[in-house]
Amino acid sequence: MRELAYDEAKFEALREIMDADKRVHLIGGTFLSLSPRRHLYQELAKKYADRVLSPPISELGFCGLATGAAMAGLRPVVDIGTGSFIFEGWPQVCNEAANAFYMSAGQTRVPVVFHLFHGLRGGGAAQHSASPQAMLWNNPGLEIVLPSSPRDVKGLLKTAVASDNPTIFVDHVQLLEVRGEVPENDGPIPFGQADIKRKGGDVTVVATSYMVQRCLQVAEKLARENIQVEVVDPRTLVPFDMETLLSSMEKTGRVVIVDETHQSCGVAAEIAARIAETGFDKLKAPLRRVATLDVPVPYSPPLEEYIGPREDRIIEAIRAVLR
Amino acid sequence: MTTKTQTQKEWVPLLGTMWLIRAFEEKVSALYAAREIVGLLHLGIGQEAVAVGTCSQLRQDDYVFGGHRSHGHAIAKGADINRLMAEIAGRATGYCAGKGGSMHIVALDAGFVTATGVVGGTIPLALGAAFAAKERGQGQVAVVFFGDGAGQTGAFHESLNIASLWRLPVIFVCENNGYAEFTPLSAHTLVEQLADHAKTYRIRSATIDGNDLIAVRRAAAKAAAWARSGKGPSFVECLTYRLRGHYEGDSAKYRELSQLGAWKKKDPIARFVRVLKNKAAVSDAELQTIEREARERVEEAARFALSSPWPGPEEVASQVTV
Repeated sequence: MRELAYDEAKFEALREIMDADKRVHLIGGTFLSLSPRRHLYQELAKKYADRVLSPPISELGFCGLATGAAMAGLRPVVDIGTGSFIFEGWPQVCNEAANAFYMSAGQTRVPVVFHLFHGLRGGGAAQHSASPQAMLWNNPGLEIVLPSSPRDVKGLLKTAVASDNPTIFVDHVQLLEVRGEVPENDGPIPFGQADIKRKGGDVTVVATSYMVQRCLQVAEKLARENIQVEVVDPRTLVPFDMETLLSSMEKTGRVVIVDETHQSCGVAAEIAARIAETGFDKLKAPLRRVATLDVPVPYSPPLEEYIGPREDRIIEAIRAVLR
Repeated sequence: MTTKTQTQKEWVPLLGTMWLIRAFEEKVSALYAAREIVGLLHLGIGQEAVAVGTCSQLRQDDYVFGGHRSHGHAIAKGADINRLMAEIAGRATGYCAGKGGSMHIVALDAGFVTATGVVGGTIPLALGAAFAAKERGQGQVAVVFFGDGAGQTGAFHESLNIASLWRLPVIFVCENNGYAEFTPLSAHTLVEQLADHAKTYRIRSATIDGNDLIAVRRAAAKAAAWARSGKGPSFVECLTYRLRGHYEGDSAKYRELSQLGAWKKKDPIARFVRVLKNKAAVSDAELQTIEREARERVEEAARFALSSPWPGPEEVASQVTV
């Protein structure tokens, strides 16, 4: 099968989306963060010069502009860039876009996509490393998508743009160069369908975004010790596929949740609560979370690495639930 | 040269709409006092000329955005007052099925896209509608109403800059009533005229008497023509005054009684009535009929609202997402 880099698959999706639908505009950054592979964006910006817009540094203004344009029939895709900057547009995303469909009793649809890069990126420190998806999950009305592979980024991006809901597309710079299979003419991937990225019978590891890739490496290592890890990637937080997770737990009875948001009230906390409510009887051991420690993200490389869901913390958690 | 009959034909309905808004809001106030309506209610009694004058220059397919004090804007754009009253009363028959309420009116059928409970919150949204209008190329415009308090928000400044930069067909209508909630404008900014901000951003602007319906109409007509011809945004600062407190229940002790008295003399409805009598030869009897008919329609709206069912808990989880 054809293999692509993650960023290539993402831009293939953007090209196909823009070819197919004139209502789609790209507003904001390059969808590549600081990646040197700028040509991907530049080709698109050249082909669709009037539909690729570079606004001033006014997140509040352009997140609102995109929301209003969506209300009026367009399908804007906004690149916030660094995830922390969504806080600058927060009122428009969380208080206007997220609430509009409900507050209007279905009169107003807001088909806008807010794309951002979350998480530990290497030297981003406290103000350029946020993973705002847990806070966003606390805002009903938003759909939240976290791709983790080239195939997923393409299929999920298509669904995000086609969705009539405001959708947060949570990306990670560490994924941009990951390579993987992407079939030609691959279709959209429906929201609310988790993907089992690796099958295994001993322990269920629920992982999101870049943590899926890290957990796949961990699973490979542990397989040498004959520990079979099943890696479940929810792919979307809203809607959330609980069924796939529960059926994996049915098999393994043991769960570790690996996610890069901060631990308290984080994504892992919510998934753990759902497991406690609906899957407690399937657990053979207390579940474990591996999340980012509850401190602002420090700058220095050893400190930054220390607070994240490190490989050694993931392995330790897996061993603990297997005891 | 317009003849009297043409003037009559154009102007008399405007008085009807102003009375409809005034009667509607007085009824809302009475229902609130009688505890038939609860919640946060912000009335624009005294500011009707801005809404009516502006919307009288708009097309059905133009986009209007409001704020927390926007019953009048919705009515002026053509919202159904039965559904509006029902929404304010929290009933299932309301525009938003009771999920929005007074501060979050949406009457999409009339082109009233949305209000917001957040000061300045709809200013960036209006840019988006203007952006979509420009893309569509059919001469639509977007109008956003906001108060002087919004002039100190970041959303306001970011939006003015982008609207100017991208030459968007948006009309910023600032209802400068002198008070940001409970605070005089002078305590929040040294910029006395908010239209000065528009000048900074190279947007054509005017500061006008917002209680003079004809002046508002004239300014709105110019702004709409400017936007429709692709020339970009305008900023119309309308000097006006709310004759009630910030919200129903606010006794507005922070304002001088003499100030209130002076503004009551400038009541936009009374002023327009004088204009109609003098310039359009509308008789007292006709004028009384206009007011009476407005009040009757509002009574009917109140009956409709209060006899409508409450929304049931089975509706609470619907329409969270599409």
